[in-house]
Amino acid sequence: MDYTPLWISVKVAATATVFTFFLGLAAARLVLSLGRWKGAVDGLFSLPMVLPPTVVGFFLLLLFGRNSALGKLLERCGAAVIFTWQGAVIAAAAVAFPIMYRTARGAFEQVDADLIHAARTLGMSEIRIFFRILLPVARPGVMAAVILAFARALGEFGATIMIAGNIPGRTQTMSVAVYTAMQSGDRELAFRWVAVIMLISFVSMFFMNYIVERKGRGGV
Amino acid sequence: MSLFVDIEKRLGSFRLKVCFETADEVFAILGASGCGKSLTLKCIAGIERPDRGVIRLDGRTLFDSGKRINLPVRKRRIGYLFQDYALFPNMTVFENILCGTGDKEAARELAARFYLEGKEQLYPAQLSGGQKQRAALARMLAAKPDYLLLDEPFSALDNYLKSRLERELMEVLDEYGRRALFVSHDRNEVYRLTDRIAVMENGEVADIRSKRELFEAPRTMAAALLTGCKNVSRLEYREDGLYALDWGFYLRTADTGGQMEQKFRYAAVRAHYFEAVRELSEQDKYNTLVCDIIREIEDAFSVVILFRNQCGEQTGDYSILTAEFSREEWNEIRERTVYRGRPLCLRIPEQRIMLMER
Repeated sequence: MDYTPLWISVKVAATATVFTFFLGLAAARLVLSLGRWKGAVDGLFSLPMVLPPTVVGFFLLLLFGRNSALGKLLERCGAAVIFTWQGAVIAAAAVAFPIMYRTARGAFEQVDADLIHAARTLGMSEIRIFFRILLPVARPGVMAAVILAFARALGEFGATIMIAGNIPGRTQTMSVAVYTAMQSGDRELAFRWVAVIMLISFVSMFFMNYIVERKGRGGV
Repeated sequence: MSLFVDIEKRLGSFRLKVCFETADEVFAILGASGCGKSLTLKCIAGIERPDRGVIRLDGRTLFDSGKRINLPVRKRRIGYLFQDYALFPNMTVFENILCGTGDKEAARELAARFYLEGKEQLYPAQLSGGQKQRAALARMLAAKPDYLLLDEPFSALDNYLKSRLERELMEVLDEYGRRALFVSHDRNEVYRLTDRIAVMENGEVADIRSKRELFEAPRTMAAALLTGCKNVSRLEYREDGLYALDWGFYLRTADTGGQMEQKFRYAAVRAHYFEAVRELSEQDKYNTLVCDIIREIEDAFSVVILFRNQCGEQTGDYSILTAEFSREEWNEIRERTVYRGRPLCLRIPEQRIMLMER
């Protein structure tokens, strides 16, 4: 069995999770500080979660395709996105982003508002409050967000196949490999990939529950 | 040198409208829960933003809706002691204190000042209620605030800890120039710790007075009830004088001037001012009643008697009166009356009757 889809999947999902982590936290912090436009911005950020992944893929193709300004610019720099593993990263990040953002925001909102108020009365700056109090106190929730986002990125299919295609050894991820194996009638190979994916998903969920439970015990 | 507050804020159907000025004193806001006292503190600290008004501290404008000034919380230099202390759970006691000051030496001194030596490396979850409060006080003072806001600081503590921490807080307040605003619903706490009291009701300040005046002669029914007065009655001006509708007897008070103007609507008397009288004569029409005892409640050191006026025709809640006697006193009274089948007659001394306009 050729294991390259596993390595490609892990590489793509891990890279996408790193981007999603920072973007999601920034988005969560931004939305918390918004007043009137909170609902609208929240809706915009959450959109990729409710849209079919193919629609996300469609928009990403519009944005990064050869006919778009951004696509042309990237091509000139020699950093093509379409049909590359970097494209798969963008697809996975776009789809995992709302999960990271929403879970992190939920974790931030769970933090006792008086802690933040107290920090302000002590004269702490907003940046210090975020890194010294909000983020550490919400850490279990943020970790859960990372795991969920990673799991989502790992399983991404629709947007990935549209933007990165299905090139064995280059952009073929595990979920795409399952599809390809079934299409070519190789049920045994499909079963194997299904087993690998299920194992990884189960371990992720196990980790998440472990972390959330530790939070329940009042761990710091 | 003072805090001046004159603000308005709407929150749903609730309307906050407070105005007061403090001098170098410990000032208290006394009110039932939900009266808006915590909201007032939050507006002063800058956590909540008033719709309209002005907040000034020692001539420094913290908020002025007219001039569009709204100083951010961290620039107001106001210390805030939260009801549940709001210690940062992810930091040790020492790190918590350090959040208020960058100076490690100062933080160490404050920890020692608040009996937290040896506890510096513990997390808030490992502290007792009293230690949490001390840590919160130390952290607040580390930031060298110009003024202190204390939001029900003792409500999360066990009774036996309360009196000790109260004494510690008194020392702190004396040390820091008695410049603090204290919010509570506990009249005894407020009386012991503060100099002047604002009584708050439904989002408005009903009465502001020195604590002695307030407890001796509250001007409003809300103030009377909040200062722990158990007996109140509506009044009516009749030919024979002032009649307490709920109690069912006539009143004669030390203050006759106000009576002439017929401006009072309520009367109140504290439970421990009742006196037992031996015999009831004809002229004892005023301030005197024969009791129908409803219940005797034994407290640790006193006895509380719930009763009704025998000749009173009222049945409302306020027609049940409360009197409090020391145990010895009550035993003696009981010997003389109840045990011998004689009625219990009580009198309120003239100077103990409080009259109120609203």
